[in-house]
Amino acid sequence: MNISGAEMIVESLKKEGVNIIFGYPGGAVIPIFDVLFAEPSIHVVLTRHEQGAVHAADGYARSTGRPGVVLVTSGPGATNTITGLATANFDSVPIVCLTGQVPKGMIGNDAFQEADTVGISRPVTKHNYLVTERKDIGRIMKEAFYLATTGRPGPVLIDFPKDIQIKKIDDKYPEKIQIRGYKPVSKGHSGQIKKAVKILKEAKRPLFYIGGGINIADAAGIFNNILEKTDIPVISSLMGIGAVPSDHPRYLGMLGMHGTFAANMAVSSSDLLFTIGARFDDRATGELKKFAQQAKIVHIDIDPAAIARNVTVDIPIVGDAKTVLEELYPLIKKPAIDSWIKQTVQWKNTHPLSTETEGNLLSPPLIVRKISEVFPDAIIATEVGQNQMWAALFYNFRKPRTLLTSGGLGTMGYGFPAAIGAQAGNRDKKVIDIAGDGSIQMNIQELATAVQEELPVIIAILNNGYLGMVRQWQELFFDRHYSSTCLMRRPSCPRDCNSPGDQCPPYVPDFIKLAKAYDAVGYRVTEEKDIEPVLKEAGKSKTRPVIIDFIVSREANVWPMVPAGAGNDEMMLGEGSLI
Amino acid sequence: MKHVLSLLVENHQGVLSRISGLFSGRGYNLESITAGVTTDPGITRITLVSSGNENVLEQIKKQLNKLIDVIKLIDLTEKPSVHREMALIKVHAAPKQRGEIFQVADVFRTRVMDVGMDSIMLEITGSCEKIDDFITIMQNYGITEIARSGLISMEKTKKIKGGR
Ligand SMILES: Cc1ncc(C[n+]2csc(CCOP(=O)(O)OP(=O)(O)O)c2C)c(N)n1
Ligand SMILES: [Mg+2]
Repeated sequence: MNISGAEMIVESLKKEGVNIIFGYPGGAVIPIFDVLFAEPSIHVVLTRHEQGAVHAADGYARSTGRPGVVLVTSGPGATNTITGLATANFDSVPIVCLTGQVPKGMIGNDAFQEADTVGISRPVTKHNYLVTERKDIGRIMKEAFYLATTGRPGPVLIDFPKDIQIKKIDDKYPEKIQIRGYKPVSKGHSGQIKKAVKILKEAKRPLFYIGGGINIADAAGIFNNILEKTDIPVISSLMGIGAVPSDHPRYLGMLGMHGTFAANMAVSSSDLLFTIGARFDDRATGELKKFAQQAKIVHIDIDPAAIARNVTVDIPIVGDAKTVLEELYPLIKKPAIDSWIKQTVQWKNTHPLSTETEGNLLSPPLIVRKISEVFPDAIIATEVGQNQMWAALFYNFRKPRTLLTSGGLGTMGYGFPAAIGAQAGNRDKKVIDIAGDGSIQMNIQELATAVQEELPVIIAILNNGYLGMVRQWQELFFDRHYSSTCLMRRPSCPRDCNSPGDQCPPYVPDFIKLAKAYDAVGYRVTEEKDIEPVLKEAGKSKTRPVIIDFIVSREANVWPMVPAGAGNDEMMLGEGSLI
Repeated sequence: MKHVLSLLVENHQGVLSRISGLFSGRGYNLESITAGVTTDPGITRITLVSSGNENVLEQIKKQLNKLIDVIKLIDLTEKPSVHREMALIKVHAAPKQRGEIFQVADVFRTRVMDVGMDSIMLEITGSCEKIDDFITIMQNYGITEIARSGLISMEKTKKIKGGR
C-alpha cells in the first residue's frame, strides 16, 4: 500500500511499541504531527521548549527503561535539543530524536529554518542520520531504535527533509536489520571472568564500586544476590545510586568529591576495586595519581573505550553488567574479610552524614531526609548543584531507576522536565524534583506542560538564593568573592557583599505567585515543623503539580568535600577543616 | 609514536566528518587522512596517520571502533605492510640550475609533470621519509608549492603457508 513518509514514521513508532512522545511542532514536521493527530495509540506531550522535550524523554527513559522519543522541527527546534541530547549521551540514555529538515533540494541554500542538524548533533549523539531517500525511512527508524537501546545506550537522531515526509511509496516496516559496523558484546570473556574470581578470592580488602551501568543493564537484582553471598562492602558513583538500598549494611555510600567519609576512605584503603559499570569520572576519583593507590582494579563495562581510559586496569572485562554478573555469581565465594568489614563499618559509624548545616534557616539535608520519610518509594529527579548532592546523599534510595540526575554533563534545568517525563511514564508513582532555585528557572516554562498533562510532580526547591554550588567554591577557594552567584542582588547592594541576611532584597520570582500563574499549587516553608505536614499535603495532589519553596540557610555547604587536586581520603568535613 | 590505521567504513555521506570530528573533538593528533572507494562501492577505505603515546592510540582505536560506520579497523603499524605517499612539488628553477635539479630528481625517481619559464613541477612517490628528504633538498633551490596526498597503506599477504 502506498503510504507517505510521515505515515511510515508513525507506523515505525507503533511497531516499536511507542505510546508516548515528547515534542514541539513547526513547519518542517507538520506532516508528521498531522499523522499523529489521527493516531490514538500515541500520546503527544507538548512541552514548552525543545530542551524540555528531550529531558522529558530522558526522564521517561531512565525511569522506565524504554526508549524516549522526541519530535521537533528543523532549525531552532533542532538546535534547542542539543543540551538534552548531550545530557542523554553522557549518561547513556536511550532516546530517538526525530527532527524535521528543509526539503532535500533546499539543503545547503541557507533556506528558512535550515540548520546542519546532523553536523551539529554528531558529537552529542551515539549515531545520527540524514534521510535522503524515502525508501530508507523504515530501515533507519529500525536501526535507530536498535542502536539507541543496545550496547551502551544513547541518543540517536534522525533528520527528515520535509519532501521525504510527504512522498508516498509502497512500504512496510522491516522485520530485520543488519548493521555491519555494530556488534555490541554482551557476554564477558570467560577467561577474564575466572581471573576476576581468583583475584577476588585473594583480596584482603575487596570493595565493589558500582556505576550507572548496573542500573542501565538491569543488573541490580543479580548484584544484590552477589552482595548477599559475599558480604563485600560496596561504594557507588552518583549514577550507580539506587542499585543497592542506601541503608544496606554493606553500602558505604557515594564516593568522590562529595562522597561519604566511609566510601572515600574505603576506596583509598582497598586492595581490590571490583568495578561494575562505572567509568572513573574525575568527580569520583579526585586526583588520579592519588586514587585507589593500593588497589588492583577489575573493570566490567560494556564500552571498551571506557575501560583503562583514566586508570590502569588489571582485569578488564568487556560485557553487559547483568550477563557478566550472572556468570560470576556461581563462581564466587564469601571471602574471610571480617576485619576489613569491621573497619568499613567503623568509618560509617564515626563519620555519618550530618543534617546539621551552617546558618539558622532550614537545613537542606534535613528537608531531603523528610522527603525520604514521607515518600519512601518516590522517583527523585534532581537539578544540578548542591541540591543534587544533598538529594544523592540524604534520600534513602531503595530501587534502581529511582534517581534521575544529570551526572556526566551536569545540566542545570534537567530535573524538572525529566520529572515530567518520569511521571508520564509512571502515573502510579510519586515523582519529586529536588531543585535549586537557580536551576529550576532554566526550564520553569515546563510548569505549563505539567499542568496541562495533569502530572502531580512535586518540585521541592531548596531555595538558598544563590547558585549555591558555585558560591560554595567561591567561599572555600576564592576568598568569599560571591561573584555573580547571588540571585537576590540589586544595584543598591554592596559590590563585594558576602554577608547575606535580613537586609537582602526580596527574592524573585516569588515561586508561590509563579505557581498560581500557572494554575499549579504553591507552598512556602520556613519552619522546620512545617516540612513534614506540607510534604504530606503536597502528596495529596493528584492532578496538579506542586511547588514547595523551602527557604534554606543561604550559606549551607555540602560536606564532605574533596578539594581539587586532593586524594579521596583528603576530605574537608565541614567548617573547612582538612582531615 | 606514529601509527598508520587502515579503516573500512560505510560509504555514506558524512563519514569523513565523523572521523575527523572525533579527532578534533577529543584532541587527538591527525597527521594525514586519505579516503577512496574500494571494490565494493558501499565501502570506503580510509588510511590515517596519527601519533601519541600508547594509551592515546589505544583510545583512538577504541573510539574509532565505536563509530557505527566503521566496519573494520587495522593498525598497520604492527603488521608487514606497504606505505606510499605521493607529492607534487613546484621548484624554482632558473635555466642554469635545471640540470642539477633534474639529476637529483632522477635519483629520487621523480617524474617531471610540467616545465615553466622559471620553475618545474615534479611528481614523487614513496615513503613519507623519502618525500621529506626530497623536499629538504629541493628547499635549497626554493620550493614555491607543495601538494602531498597523505599516506595510503595496505597490509602485505602471506608469503608461505601458515607464515607471513
Ligand atoms: C546549564 C548550566 N549552567 C551552569 C552550570 C554551572 N553550575 C553548576 S551548579 C550551579 C549552581 C546551581 O544553583 P542552584 O540551582 O540554585 O543550586 P544550588 O547549588 O544552590 O543547590 C551552576 C551555576 C551548570 N551546571 N549548568
Ligand atoms: Mg540555589
